[in-house]
Amino acid sequence: MAIKILKDKCIGCGICFKSCPADAFEFEAYDGNKLGKVAKINAKCTFCNQCLTACKFGAIEEEKIEVADDLDDYKHVWVYAEQRDGKLMNVALELIGEGYRLAKEISEDTQVCAVLVGDGIDHLAEECFAYGAEKVYMIQDPLLKNFTTDGYAKVLVDACYEYKPEIVIYGATHIGRDLAPRVAARMNTGLTADCTRLDVRVSSYIEYADKNTTLDTSTLDPNDPSTGIKQTRPAFGGNLMATIICPRTRPQMSTVRPGVMQKREKVEGATGEIVNVKPAITEADIRTKIVEIVKSAKELVSLTDADIICSGGRGLGDPSGFELIKEFADKVGGVVGSSRAAVDAGWIDHSHQVGQTGTTVKPKIYFACGISGAIQHLAGMQTSDIIVAINKDPDAPIFEVADYGIVGDLYKVIPEIIAEWDNAEALYDASTK
Amino acid sequence: MAFKVLVCAKQVPNTNEIKINPETGTLIRDGVESILNHDDANALEEALALKDKYDDVEVIVVSMGPPQAKDMLLECLAKGADEAILLSDRAVGGSDTWATSNAVTAAIKHYGEFDMIFAGRQAIDGDTAQVGPQIAEKLDLPQVTYVQKFEISEDRKTVTVQRQLEDGYEVIEVPVPCMLTAIKELNTPRYMSIGGIFDAKNKPLHVWSAADVAVDLNTVGLKASPTNVFRSFTPKPKEPGVKIEGDSETDLAKNLLIKLKGKHVI
Repeated sequence: MAIKILKDKCIGCGICFKSCPADAFEFEAYDGNKLGKVAKINAKCTFCNQCLTACKFGAIEEEKIEVADDLDDYKHVWVYAEQRDGKLMNVALELIGEGYRLAKEISEDTQVCAVLVGDGIDHLAEECFAYGAEKVYMIQDPLLKNFTTDGYAKVLVDACYEYKPEIVIYGATHIGRDLAPRVAARMNTGLTADCTRLDVRVSSYIEYADKNTTLDTSTLDPNDPSTGIKQTRPAFGGNLMATIICPRTRPQMSTVRPGVMQKREKVEGATGEIVNVKPAITEADIRTKIVEIVKSAKELVSLTDADIICSGGRGLGDPSGFELIKEFADKVGGVVGSSRAAVDAGWIDHSHQVGQTGTTVKPKIYFACGISGAIQHLAGMQTSDIIVAINKDPDAPIFEVADYGIVGDLYKVIPEIIAEWDNAEALYDASTK
Repeated sequence: MAFKVLVCAKQVPNTNEIKINPETGTLIRDGVESILNHDDANALEEALALKDKYDDVEVIVVSMGPPQAKDMLLECLAKGADEAILLSDRAVGGSDTWATSNAVTAAIKHYGEFDMIFAGRQAIDGDTAQVGPQIAEKLDLPQVTYVQKFEISEDRKTVTVQRQLEDGYEVIEVPVPCMLTAIKELNTPRYMSIGGIFDAKNKPLHVWSAADVAVDLNTVGLKASPTNVFRSFTPKPKEPGVKIEGDSETDLAKNLLIKLKGKHVI
């Protein structure tokens, strides 16, 4: 949305300049006020809207967006319930939970629907219902057995045209991030990548923003009845958060990072309506050929489900440091994570990487051992409940986000934590006496 | 006929260097260098490797951005690309991924025939990973994203790639022309050579306007973009943490465990 400056209200004070991350304000001469100048927005503007609340004189306004009027035909929230090899991805269940929340915020009779694409996957409907789906669209064909961009995009676009969902959310997996842009582009609608928060009600957005962000919500109206999706995501390596809307086109589409949304409580035996969609797909539609699918022999690291993560970084000094981290993780019942630096150095596999280009995690305890805390790393772990940093360098940025920091040699500190771990309760009791 | 390989590249701020001004809560971009986006460097490298292998390969880098993005394109030319195109126009400013893909597609169509397109998987400033696939959609090309290994058949009619998955990879065969998006596992980008830097200045670097590429102005720029920024803000700074004190490593460990126990997290 474009920003405009109301010249008759601007006093030329320049306070708004400070609010702009893009350095897009300048002065222009104006003879209608005492200082003889008003603020002007130049080409550097990135339309981030951070200046909206900066002006105390009401001189900065957002240009209102025209909303198309045929949007009411689109109803219900769809979750692309990604399956591989006949198994649902965890993120599909998380998104059904989130989709349920959004649907009920829109209205009582808005449903959350799971969309299953594959072949021989009837058994997955039950699981979708158990986690909160009210309806399942089942799209099956032998040609859809494995994911192909062409095949899956075609059947999903066809289904979206036929059933007109209001919102479609996908897991931001390697498959979701391949499929969603293609579907959105074909339907000429908006897509927002890697969201970490979704809202439909302005009131919920305000509540979220007040609690978790620095956003000044005074320009937002909690009684605003609109239910367009507000999609919040990190940008600039997590330095900035942006909330994106899709006001003029439907369906509204988002990909959502695995591990950030909440599954609903499983209800065994829950049922719902199954709609069998007959896909119009032929071999000629699919231009790529899957020669083979190779599962890596490496152990599967479920960082997103872990309650405790013990992560190592460049401060380990060499790859053998991960032996200590592994011992630590085994002791505390956690999994091994790593920084990008350690992965780039070849010390540990990419599947362990936490951060912007790795996995986003939210464990109960995150131990950052020898990790300096690059912003990309912080973006992937800073919402952990408790962060413990162990680092030799007292100035490491990781200490800025840590709840508890130990400045010291991790090779000396970690063995002591391992040794004392089982005594924690006794130590605590003794300390409170 | 030359075998023409297009590379989509973006100039991005080095996000590693961006810091937040603790007083105003805004981004400090002063002095932050602009660089060739990481994944795009891998895309370019794969195209250049193909050029190393076959004499008739031409590598053309396509970008959209402000006029300063010429610096990044010069770097691509210095690394060995033959030609560079920059679509630069106020009319395409503020484009979201859909509008960007329309604009870049128009530039590619204006350029003419080609055999393959490489792009980076995603850019480090936005991290969307959407523009590559959306250009492929507009050009009606098959795509493979997250490419970590690339081979081309002898007749150069098909390519076989490994596409990275979270838990392994797929081997995929795809006919040319196609769009492939590169990840860092694909290769190690080369550096510019002194000779390359010298040669770059004599290679064609076109700067095209929206009118040059005849793009429909209703499909580009801020107003045409289906998504808009509603609000943006910096994350909330955390409460200051507690430094664990202790005279020995054992004390440090014990004091940490006492704190964790007190928080009921262990």
